[in-house]
Amino acid sequence: MTPPLLQVDDLHVRFPISGGGLLGKGRRMLHAVNGISFSLAKGECLSIVGESGCGKSTTALSILGLQEPTEGTIRYRGQPLAGPGAPGRMQRAKAVQMVFQDPYASLNPRQSVRSSLAAPLRLHGVTAGSEIEGRIEAMLKNVGLTPEHATRYPHEFSGGQRQRIGIARALILEPEIVVLDEPVSALDVSIRAQIINLLLDLQEKLGLSYLMISHDLSVVEHMSDRVLVMYFGQIVEEGGWRAIFETPAHPYTRRLIAAIPDPNAALSPPAKEDRHTADRPQLAAHSFVSDGSRAPDVFTAPPSSKLVEIALNHKVRLAATLSD
Amino acid sequence: MTAPLLDIKDLQLGVALGQSIHPLLKSVSFQIMPGEAYGLVGESGSGKSVTSLAVMGLLKKPLAVSSGKILFKGQDLLALPKREMRRLRGNRVAMIFQEPMTALNPLSTVGRQIAEMFVLHQGKSWREAKKLAVEALSNVRVPNPDRRAKSYPHQMSGGLRQRVMIAMALACNPDLLIADEPTTALDVTVQAEVLRLIKELCAERGTAVLFISHDLGVIASICQRVGVMYAGCLVEENETRALFDTPRHDYTRGLLGALPRLGSRSQHGRQRLVDIDSIIADRSKLTDTRFIAPRGTEGSQP
Repeated sequence: MTPPLLQVDDLHVRFPISGGGLLGKGRRMLHAVNGISFSLAKGECLSIVGESGCGKSTTALSILGLQEPTEGTIRYRGQPLAGPGAPGRMQRAKAVQMVFQDPYASLNPRQSVRSSLAAPLRLHGVTAGSEIEGRIEAMLKNVGLTPEHATRYPHEFSGGQRQRIGIARALILEPEIVVLDEPVSALDVSIRAQIINLLLDLQEKLGLSYLMISHDLSVVEHMSDRVLVMYFGQIVEEGGWRAIFETPAHPYTRRLIAAIPDPNAALSPPAKEDRHTADRPQLAAHSFVSDGSRAPDVFTAPPSSKLVEIALNHKVRLAATLSD
Repeated sequence: MTAPLLDIKDLQLGVALGQSIHPLLKSVSFQIMPGEAYGLVGESGSGKSVTSLAVMGLLKKPLAVSSGKILFKGQDLLALPKREMRRLRGNRVAMIFQEPMTALNPLSTVGRQIAEMFVLHQGKSWREAKKLAVEALSNVRVPNPDRRAKSYPHQMSGGLRQRVMIAMALACNPDLLIADEPTTALDVTVQAEVLRLIKELCAERGTAVLFISHDLGVIASICQRVGVMYAGCLVEENETRALFDTPRHDYTRGLLGALPRLGSRSQHGRQRLVDIDSIIADRSKLTDTRFIAPRGTEGSQP
């Protein structure tokens, strides 16, 4: 069996918190990510949703190699991406790239679009000027810009155009996995639609795999194939987009979905209730470790619990005692 | 029929560039009834925030009103002397800002900042005002209001800070609350709580709300009527339900279609989002047509 494109196993990230006793005694550890496992298939869009501080960005940084995991393995096509035997940054850059949230902050204001896009190519051994030009031109067309844009600087572009440049920069090395960190949340409403459409087109055209981090659930529902719901460093629910949005099982997932200000729901509340009670898996309230209404202590390891499959490919975290 | 609480008449304002004025608002008119929640929706640069600043009398040079009237309870705010305006601001008209970190004074406890409202506008003693501040905090459901009153803004989470802002804004029971994107910086579940809080408190006290947002969902959950702004013009205005069901302006239609809606994928499969520019041939002509629905006899009142 061929290994999945990306496989994350039991990923833990803990941060030492400054302070504590003499010689680091009694130093506290912040448990940012507590044993996350998932895989990403070729051509798939997997979204991680959760609120600030749930560990979704730390998980993404680990995959990008920007945050060393405390424990656990991350494999790309069966090869470790972190820890011993991991490839250097250069190899990793060809496998995973990232599109950042804020296109105003993520582009170098003193670099023209051409030099922003040419730098990674040169670093990776593309030296022929004609090839560099050709690839930049093709990439700009891919993201809906024109070759003439290459000579301009970031301040000459609108927010939507800048995000297109950010996408071009992420794709120029032809990575297989693209981490999208809130790719549209900094953009105006009318621009969002254009960027979402572009991302979906590119995914299909180039066979990209997306790992999207977002707290905008309507965008997640629109774009994802599968969804991971994270809460304080753990996956509390995992499933296909349909399972997560139509039959959410964990109280935290339900709370997240119910919190979205949805015009349809606000204007006709009963309809929304129907949709969420329809054949929802029935689980007793006490089977969950936490319902997400009170923040757990981030300085201790979470209580033991298990991800239990409640339907095909639909898993939910239950208290360990019950699942045995 | 009752008189409107806020009546903005043909407001025009712009940036003064040397001798000429570059227009930002081209004739904006709308009314808010007492106790009504009115939403202004639009994208960055559409003029929704400058409208609210004009009402608060907080426009700074080079921004200046060039013509029009802002009538608050029949009184033209633009003609009011600064002193009078200062007495009104925070007292009868209050505002919640988008960024609760920058809007609060980092050097003073939140209790003191809320107490200031009572001292300034109601002539209370500091001692009395501090007690009222604790009460105000408990009204916005801040846990341990006694202890929290002694906290500094940096010791609080974004959601708590926004509650403090609301407590401060509602301290003097204003007639009109202006909320400028008050939940944009917050997490979804916190946003839902803050919206519920604003809705409940304003309904309880009969406070009218001018709610500014780019998020149509947020607007729908709180406002009875909505005005859509584009390029300094109010291009469409209607009751919320009607606006969502039968948008009449191209731009409104574009805005509604540009957002993925929760549940639409399970109902209709994944549909390509509307690219606003594809349904609008010429953006510069967008403001030529406007659809302002006459105020209905029912539904516009809470």
